Amino acid sequence: MSDTAIILDNVSKHYRLGKIGSGKIHEEITNFLKKGNKKNTEKEIVKSLNNVSFEVKKGDSIGLIGRNGAGKSTLLKILSKITTPTFGTIKGQGRIASLLEVGTGFHPELTGKENIFLNGSILGMKTHEIKSNLDEIIEFSGIGKYIDTPVKRYSSGMYVRLAFSVAAHLNSEILIVDEVLAVGDVDFQKKCLNKMGNIKSKNGRTVIFVSHNMNAISALCNKTVLLEKGELVNYGDTDFIVNQYLNKPLQNESIKSRKDRTGNGEIQLLEINFFDIQLQNYISSPISGNNYIIELKIKLNTEVIDFTKVEIALGINDIYGNRISLISNKVSGEPIQILENNSIHIVRISIHKLSLSNGTYSINSFISNNGIINDWLKEAISFTIEKDQFFNQSEFSFNNGMGNFHLNYTYLNNA
Amino acid sequence: MNIENWEITNKKSNIISKLLEVWNSKDLLFVFVKRDLTTFYKQTLLGPIWFVIQPILSTLVFMFAFGKIAGLQTNDIPKPLYYFSGIILWNYFSDCFIKTSTVFKDNLNLYSKVYFPRLILPLNIILSNLTKFLIQLCVLICITIYYKYQSIIPGIQIQMLLFPLLFILIALFSLGLGLIITSLTTRYRDLSLLINFSVQLLLFSTTAALPMPSNDSIYKEIILLNPMTNYIEAFRILIIGKGYFSYSSFGVSIILTTIILLTGLNLFFKVERNFVDTI
Repeated sequence: MSDTAIILDNVSKHYRLGKIGSGKIHEEITNFLKKGNKKNTEKEIVKSLNNVSFEVKKGDSIGLIGRNGAGKSTLLKILSKITTPTFGTIKGQGRIASLLEVGTGFHPELTGKENIFLNGSILGMKTHEIKSNLDEIIEFSGIGKYIDTPVKRYSSGMYVRLAFSVAAHLNSEILIVDEVLAVGDVDFQKKCLNKMGNIKSKNGRTVIFVSHNMNAISALCNKTVLLEKGELVNYGDTDFIVNQYLNKPLQNESIKSRKDRTGNGEIQLLEINFFDIQLQNYISSPISGNNYIIELKIKLNTEVIDFTKVEIALGINDIYGNRISLISNKVSGEPIQILENNSIHIVRISIHKLSLSNGTYSINSFISNNGIINDWLKEAISFTIEKDQFFNQSEFSFNNGMGNFHLNYTYLNNA
Repeated sequence: MNIENWEITNKKSNIISKLLEVWNSKDLLFVFVKRDLTTFYKQTLLGPIWFVIQPILSTLVFMFAFGKIAGLQTNDIPKPLYYFSGIILWNYFSDCFIKTSTVFKDNLNLYSKVYFPRLILPLNIILSNLTKFLIQLCVLICITIYYKYQSIIPGIQIQMLLFPLLFILIALFSLGLGLIITSLTTRYRDLSLLINFSVQLLLFSTTAALPMPSNDSIYKEIILLNPMTNYIEAFRILIIGKGYFSYSSFGVSIILTTIILLTGLNLFFKVERNFVDTI
């Protein structure tokens, strides 16, 4: 395995639901007595990763992509040795350093310099390595003046710069990076990426990088792994895989079979789809600035429903789970119009000039009748907005300071 | 270049290789110890003096409550010396034990973001508390010298040099107990509620505050089963020159300490691999 950095062989991670922390003596005893009886517990196992195998060559930069719940973070945690795989093995060569967080272990009371030693050691550097790199780290961070000030007095920008400088000077053969690059200012990020890239070309460093940001993946990684529901869908050249990922239909089959619903089930959501305005084509990756129709297919499980009292709402969340916006007929004050077509009921919502900016979003669905919850589903679907044509610009470079929304604004021409 | 090979599976690696891994990360251990020492002093007025005030106050309370009111004897050792020596050693034990017993819970943030040998943090607790104890020990030695020149106690002799060995036993005992509790509390949280309470009760199964019974009784046998009783008494012999010692009960204490330490390490190494999933 001289040119191989990491080999994953049938790596799986299973979680048992509901069994952890029940904390009651009688349940623990019954569980213990039932141990031989596997059938009982099988249902409650969640396969967060299932038989994932691939091989990483030395010097490769591997992107790891997939929707929420695809198993990316689980795989990162296993690679970082934070948790172990349930089955399977990973073999590798070379020191691993993983960056799952900016400034892990930073202590607010300690000075910048003291934190360099603390953070560097936690990330796996030896004290003499930090000492020999200290001047370079301080210079790279650009906060030399404040290096003997406690970091609790730093601005968040300075804090992040210091943390990144330490990370950029890690000299492990393998580097695992979670989406930590999503914070901090853009110029400094580029500087860090360059620095990491330099190390890569010099020593044949292997990088595994997880991100929702396809631009970053395309810029950084020569190969990409696509995960879905814990399984490896494809592995290959980044351009090809990223394309495949973006053109996947939304995860609709799963809505019908989802069990983690709340509500009495009188009305149930079956599908959510994005269509163009003519209802001709399914849309998998909407473009900011265009018009769309969101179509909901629902099932009625009761005979009589007074639709004037029904609320059908979609809550749009960002990747961190923060609510960005809510689409609801109670907010807009409109009654629900149901189209009945071969016993399938359809609700359509027209979106005028989609104003979400680049990024990945998920939708929570909520259906209630007269204040009683019928069907409430978290993360019913997720989708990614890749292109931004809100202002009819053809060339438009995305950066992180954009936020989630475009206001519909114009610069006035006073002349 | 020397490139290490590694393997990640769900198999449990053996205790020896785990301990070797800790040894290789001793740099990190020292950085943590340094962190705890520096952060303690920052923005305090009296700094290390706090370490001394607390046991002195406890000693005064014990002298009043046990000595004056209850009229308990202190085995021919001057009361301040008896209580102070018992309290500082007991406090070292209970601080280490209580802190170690919540190490998984307290450091979840760190543990779930980066890998380093997990045992580093419990060891850090043992070592960081050592400085506090050493400062208190200096005070104890000062008090002992005072009484020595009054010719009340033999004290401060060559056998004091054996103290580091005794200290290692106490550190390992509290480490072992703490590791057992922290490993069990990742699943059963209510155990941690018991700890503070039972440590307070345990104090009275030692001779930290109560006197050693002069004649053989079932009570004496019970308190001698507690390794801390033997360690506190041995500590008094080494520093003050007076105390209780029997080879058999000290031997039992060493065996118990070894068993508890090995059990603790085993449980800890078993739980550390997946505890971030359950806690």
